[in-house]
Amino acid sequence: MRDVIEKLGAVTLFVVREMGRMLIFILYALYIIVRDPGKPIHVFKQVHFIGAKSLFVIFLTAAFTGMVLGLQGYYTLAKFGSEGLLGSAVALSLIRELGPVLSALMVTGRAGSAITAEIGIKKITEQIDALKTMALEPFKYLVSPKVLGALVALPLLCAIFDVVGIYGGYLVGVKLLGVNEGAYFYQMEKSVEWKDVWSGFVKSVSFGVIISWICCYKGYYAGHGAEGVSRATTEAVVMASVLVLVWDYFLTSVML
Amino acid sequence: MIKLVEVEKSFGSQVVLDRLSVEIPPGKITAVIGPSGEGKSVLLKHMIGLLQPDAGKVYVEGEDITVMRRGELNRVRERFGMLFQNAALFDSMSVFENVAFPLEEKTRLSRDEIRDKVHEALEHVGLKGVDDKFPDELSGGMKKRVGLARALLLNPRIILFDEPTTGLDPIICRAIHQLIKDTHSRFGFTAVIVSHEIPEIFDISDYVAMLYRGRIIEMGTPEEIQRSEHPVVKQFISGSLEGPIHFV
Repeated sequence: MRDVIEKLGAVTLFVVREMGRMLIFILYALYIIVRDPGKPIHVFKQVHFIGAKSLFVIFLTAAFTGMVLGLQGYYTLAKFGSEGLLGSAVALSLIRELGPVLSALMVTGRAGSAITAEIGIKKITEQIDALKTMALEPFKYLVSPKVLGALVALPLLCAIFDVVGIYGGYLVGVKLLGVNEGAYFYQMEKSVEWKDVWSGFVKSVSFGVIISWICCYKGYYAGHGAEGVSRATTEAVVMASVLVLVWDYFLTSVML
Repeated sequence: MIKLVEVEKSFGSQVVLDRLSVEIPPGKITAVIGPSGEGKSVLLKHMIGLLQPDAGKVYVEGEDITVMRRGELNRVRERFGMLFQNAALFDSMSVFENVAFPLEEKTRLSRDEIRDKVHEALEHVGLKGVDDKFPDELSGGMKKRVGLARALLLNPRIILFDEPTTGLDPIICRAIHQLIKDTHSRFGFTAVIVSHEIPEIFDISDYVAMLYRGRIIEMGTPEEIQRSEHPVVKQFISGSLEGPIHFV
């Protein structure tokens, strides 16, 4: 019995300490962004890496998501004889929910894992220590530009995801299944409000913070050797993805 | 110059530094020797605040760095240069960018001035025409020399060398030792070298300290250490299998 309580205590302490360390990590990164953001080129590079280099995968997933929404939406709406609403169904699902979430999950898999691996390798090869010995702040070079880069890149990717997805839904709904083209866009324009776009924007910005935060943190505190880095990378991707979904639920319930 | 007082450090249940005290004389080359895994690198990292002791004090030029905040610590670190075991070059930057990095970040020199300084530093360590190479294209010895050039560039008052010659062939090893000695006589910095290279290290150092079981068990000039009657020091220097140091 005592063993169980001791273990429970140890786990609780570990979790609380880890959460505290994570919170301090992101607060410090934000402080560095405000105090000394460094050269803009570092941020541009991250926007390019996180954003531009994710374009292909975003296009692909967005097109197929939109297309499947077109199919499923048509199937469901046809039961009520309201195929004409397909445009608003596709657009609202994408703009409010699927655009921000799926683009965030794609970025986590493509760029987040790379961020953790890069920082982790810098950690185990003492490159982070080397920065410290030069009296330079590692966060300024390794963490803050990535957080800023993700903040800029995620909403842009999300917007592209939405547009491509809506076009995918159009291809399937209008061109393949014969929904009226005018109805598709008219219903969309009628039902999508500014607050829907705003909620998608807020979501993708906050997902940008979550992804860069978790992935940088896991890399910065990676364990020893190649195994430590690979474990950190896996943990980062799993944790960031789960957090994105959990945070999405909370945001949706607040902003609905 | 650098003084450690009763420093303790453990990793989990393993005690690495056990109430260790040592004073590094200013302007001299001090070598820290001792068996592998005894915490020599850990000792070095305490001197520059990369590791915090569990207990005890670390003074750099009279200032206790264990109680300093990040900003103050950075001010003290400005006086340091460090050469890491694996050189710790930035792997996504070329040799030129690696050496230029501290200058670009910490000074307001023009591009031309930086280029001249970098080339001068690289030539000083005997490297030419490697500007555009990346660290993974360099041999171990070349990496260490680039690391040395980077460490020397801002004219630090104290330089820490973490096994500068481990894993190198005897000729390069000697060349690097000579380079450290020459640079030291030219700039007169305080140097702490962690090394296994016995007896070569005695030729370049002014003082030698022996680390064993978390403490400095003996410190003196190379001659004194070589004449030491301490059984651990004697065994370590002679490389004998017989004695108090046990190997698994």
